[in-house]
Amino acid sequence: MSGGGEPSRAIEAVWRIESARLIAALARMTGDVSLAEDLAQDALVAALERWPESGVPENPGAWLMATAKNRAIDLARRGKRFEDRREQLAREAGMRMAMDAAEHEAALGAELGEDILGLIFTSCHPLLSTEARVALTLRLLGGLSTEEIARAFLVSEPTVAQRIVRAKRTLKEAHAPFEAPQGEQLDERLPSVLEVIYLVFNEGYAATAGESWMRLDLCEEALRLGRVLAGLAPKQPEVHGLVALMEIQASRAAARTGSSGEPVLLLDQNRARWDPLLVRRGLAALERAEKLSRGAFGPYTVQAAIAACHARARSAEETDWARIAALYDALAQLTPSPVVELNRAVAVSMAFGPEGGLELVEALTAEGSLEGYHLLHSVRADLLAKLGRSAEAREEFERAAAMTENTRERELLLQRAHIVAS
Amino acid sequence: MRFMMLMYPAIDTDAKNWEPSAEDVAAMTAYNEELTKAGVLLSLDGLRPPADGARVSFSGRAPTVTDGPFAEAKEVVGGYWLIQASSKEEAVEWASRCPGADGDFIEVRRVFEMEDFPEDVQEAGQLSERPPEQT
Repeated sequence: MSGGGEPSRAIEAVWRIESARLIAALARMTGDVSLAEDLAQDALVAALERWPESGVPENPGAWLMATAKNRAIDLARRGKRFEDRREQLAREAGMRMAMDAAEHEAALGAELGEDILGLIFTSCHPLLSTEARVALTLRLLGGLSTEEIARAFLVSEPTVAQRIVRAKRTLKEAHAPFEAPQGEQLDERLPSVLEVIYLVFNEGYAATAGESWMRLDLCEEALRLGRVLAGLAPKQPEVHGLVALMEIQASRAAARTGSSGEPVLLLDQNRARWDPLLVRRGLAALERAEKLSRGAFGPYTVQAAIAACHARARSAEETDWARIAALYDALAQLTPSPVVELNRAVAVSMAFGPEGGLELVEALTAEGSLEGYHLLHSVRADLLAKLGRSAEAREEFERAAAMTENTRERELLLQRAHIVAS
Repeated sequence: MRFMMLMYPAIDTDAKNWEPSAEDVAAMTAYNEELTKAGVLLSLDGLRPPADGARVSFSGRAPTVTDGPFAEAKEVVGGYWLIQASSKEEAVEWASRCPGADGDFIEVRRVFEMEDFPEDVQEAGQLSERPPEQT
């Protein structure tokens, strides 16, 4: 490759594409993710020094790998800890053999996927905090710099750097093996990986539009990671479920904000602005998830199925609320939470009338865990209004208005309080 | 961001037969698989030769239809990939990895997002509230 802007940006692009494979392969050779990343970074520094002069080599991935391996052998050779010359030579020879064996396997092509899978599961190791897992995943698998991660998550660069250093130390101290878990272990550890990917997605998705393209980029990166994982663990229904959920949610990105940046709720969105390509991809991923689930859907697949009900409806009125209510019922059993229950109440009221919905909302109110959550009160107000209990509805709209921090939402709720009273 | 990579193969544009060899197809399939594994490929298609196509051109009132092949056409699109990339450089890097034949070229173009347009154009772009039915 030549031409096309600044050389450092071209090298950055190569890095984004190659870094995960590079680190994954080096981690398997050395058994040490931290060392693997250092070696890969050294290779990147060498590229930044040399490529602007020499041009980007024909096979930049192979160049980076060769450079990183030489560096690894160099380090083994200079290892100060080995005072015995023979031990030092043995270590160096061992490193060479490991490298040669790895190269041979890589040439066969089969190992690469396993390496990447190993890197994903190591980055999302259950020993690590969620924040550390997110930072490590974006760093090792997304090729993002510490600065980019910090910008995306609105935290300081040293904070992110700290998280990564600590995470690597934790992995090292626990002697966490670098490998993809198999069988039951895989089922056990998969949710931790899916959680990280969905968290990255939501971090980008929850950001208001136009704030910074970097944050929207997070959604794309999460989707990319999800698709990579789906390719590596194609028999896992929940991976496809998560991909489906993200593709369908991402399809609504352009419709989620109005012209002055205000949030537009799902049922008010202009469906013509939903991205049909992502909808199609999402529905296809959901179909894969459903086939593999054999009736026992996991939580991501259920959420994707709910999203799909909306995606399939050409207008808000055509929404299959009975199915959504049934799916929320299933979700409430898989992952019980008051917020899921509130959503179920809305779906039930849309499908079968406000009485059933209100019953569920009253139960939630009595239970008290959503106390102070404005949506609980605005949903209750809405149901009361539909049942003609105007005075109570008005009071409840006003209560909800007092609880929201969003000015625009407050105006809307007060307006509804006014309308229901008149 | 999204980029479209438009492939302009260096082959006789008049040719009726655009069928590539098994070898070429294998190389291209490996490339497509690489894009898929990296999670960046959104969609792709290969196009039949212009000899099978037609051109609808506009000047004045009624559009003019010309059947292919088109004698004067030097550069003809043979297919496209729609990919997701974090920068133009990344899209260019992906394009560079395509097993292109001598004389082929790929044009890399970023896809417009609604946000790229001024407000009035955005408004005009959302006249319809009801999208056509999808399967």
